This record gives sequence, structure tokens and C-alpha cells, in this order.
Amino acid sequence: MDVKARVRSYLRQAVMEEVGDGDDLFELGLVNSLFALQLVQFVENEFSIKAEREDLDIVNFSSIDALTAFVLRKTQPPPGPGHAAD
Amino acid sequence: MEFPNVGVIGAGTIGTEVAQCLAQAGHRVVLVDVETGILDRARSAIGENLRYASLFDAGVREASHAGILSRIDCTTDYGLLADIDLVVDNSTESRPIKEEVFTRLDRICPPDRILAANTSAISITRLAGATRRPDRVIGVHFMNPVFRKPVVEVVKGWHTSDATVEAVQGFLGGLGKRGVVTNDMPGFVSNRVLMLAINEAISVVHDRVATPADVDEIFVKCLAHEMGPLATADLIGLDTVLRTLDVLNESYGDGRFRACPLLRQMVDAGLRGRKSGKGFFDYSGQQGLRWT
Repeated sequence: MDVKARVRSYLRQAVMEEVGDGDDLFELGLVNSLFALQLVQFVENEFSIKAEREDLDIVNFSSIDALTAFVLRKTQPPPGPGHAAD
Repeated sequence: MEFPNVGVIGAGTIGTEVAQCLAQAGHRVVLVDVETGILDRARSAIGENLRYASLFDAGVREASHAGILSRIDCTTDYGLLADIDLVVDNSTESRPIKEEVFTRLDRICPPDRILAANTSAISITRLAGATRRPDRVIGVHFMNPVFRKPVVEVVKGWHTSDATVEAVQGFLGGLGKRGVVTNDMPGFVSNRVLMLAINEAISVVHDRVATPADVDEIFVKCLAHEMGPLATADLIGLDTVLRTLDVLNESYGDGRFRACPLLRQMVDAGLRGRKSGKGFFDYSGQQGLRWT
């Protein structure tokens, strides 16, 4: 299952409603703010990544699209030579 | 800064958050509990809470978390409170325990210092009676998550002076919060009303009228509450809800606040809500979370 499908599946279970890929979970009131940390823990455990302090911005966790982009950014190897990760 | 050094008694869920909030605002904190194990857990919880706070607050995201943590001294030694500027007590919600804590604080802290009780329901007047400074004893009922709540229920005991109320308002102002001042009857405003609602919601589940998810959905979706009563109970901690109901039951003595047997059984079974990973809902992160 690809990243987006795994994120979608988790959220469907958690929210118990259909969630559009671009829907803002918090603005739409689908979850309350306390759910945010669970989302962080979910992506960390599910994809074996670590959200660093600078990553901990709610915009990275507010929709399926945002979560997917965040996970891909953290899991993809850094670009080739000449583009060393900063 | 007024009150640069603040003592925080009790490193449970709420005491830990109060200590964090104070350290974020630049206070030095002495966090006291009876066991070093609890204090160790509190330190790691604060680290985790700072991550949570970062999600919503760029100031916290950019601040040095190590620096915030370094402003908190964890200790089992009440003696370190001897020159503290103000104390916020968050000890267990039990009248005998809190009375003992206040008697002890009264002996240790200089007589002109304010002793504030963070309590869900215990009479401030009664706690003040355990000290020789009843005019400087006041209730400050923080609710969690502490760093996200702009308002604190401030409770004026029988003898609490206006100067104490004013000083505490200043102290809360420094944390970016404001107190709503109430008079002192057990449960004040928030829990006198909320605990009845939570207890009745639990009875509804116990009587098989509805599932926890359905009970909460009615409050969230029909009544526009941010959280339903059962998710709120899980957040507070079911053990704390039970103790609060017991305090209210003892205080008013008219049966309104008699805890539902299901609540007592869940606490006996170790289901204490969010902090234990399971209460009316599951918080383990892996199974079907029922959030609305």
C-alpha cells in the first residue's frame, strides 16, 4: 500500500467518516486539536520517521495530502550529489 | 517578572502541564512529588507536551526545549520550597491529602506567600483552614491542555483577600491567561455542572441506552460541543472524575453526585482514560480510534 493509501486508511478508521485528500481535518472539525499529537505519533510509528522540531507545524498534519507530502519528504533519499541535504 | 520562582506540587497530568506552562513563560519551577519515578515520567511527558505545543505555537517550536526543561527542578524535597514566591498545588484530588499538603506548605513557605490550590472540587475555605494564612489561600483551577486554555477558574475562599485575587490575576496574566473568579462551593462552577453530565453520560452507557461513540456524537454534532462528555472524561482521567464525584457526593450529601458503578469498575480495571491508553475510547494509536 502506498503512503497516501495508508494515511487515508488510518484516518478513515480514526475519524469514522470519509475524508477528502485536501480536507483540513482541524478546520472542518473532523478531529479536535488533541488528535494532532496522535497523528504525529501515527506517522512516526507507521513510517519509521522522526518529526524534528522544525517539522512540528500543524500545516504538515492537517490533511491527507499534507501528511503524505510530509512522509515522502522524510522518507525519500536526499537528491543526488551537489544537493546535499541541508 | 513577578513570582520568578514558583513551586508546583504534584507531577500528575495537570501538575506536569502547569510546570511546563510556567517554564515556557520564563518562571523557574520547583516540581515536587512523593516519588522520583513520577518525576522522571513528568520530565519525559513535558518533552512530549512541548512537541505538541509546537504544532500550534511557533514560539514554542522555535524556543529551546532543553532551555525550558532546564528551568524545572524535579525533587521529592519540600525543603526546596523555603524561598519560593508562590505555590500551585496539584496534589491528588483527595481532601485529607490536600489538607496535609497545605499544612506542610504553610510550615515551609514564608508567611506572606500565596498558596494556590488546583482542585476540581475541594473547598478552598477548608484547605485554607489547614493553614495560618487563610487570606493567602486561593483556588486556581487549570484545565488541560493547560497551555491551550486561556481562562482559569479562580476560586475565592471565605477568607481569601482581594489583594490575593489581584496578585493571582497578575500571575495568570503573565502566562497569557485570565481568571474568572467564582465563590467557593464544592465543584465551583465547572465541575459542579460537568461532573453531573459526565456521570449521567456514563449511566446512559451502563444502561445500554447508547454506545460511547453515539453519546459523544450527539453532543458534538447536535449540540456543537468541541468534545463529548465521555471523551472529556477520558481526557480528565477516569480516576480523577471518580475522585471528584466522591468529593462532591461527600460535600453535598444528597445523592446527586453518587458515581455510576460502571465508572468505579472501569477505574478498578485500570481503564483511566487517555493517560492509560484506554477509557471509553482507545488511545493506543493503532486500533480504531473513535474520534469525532
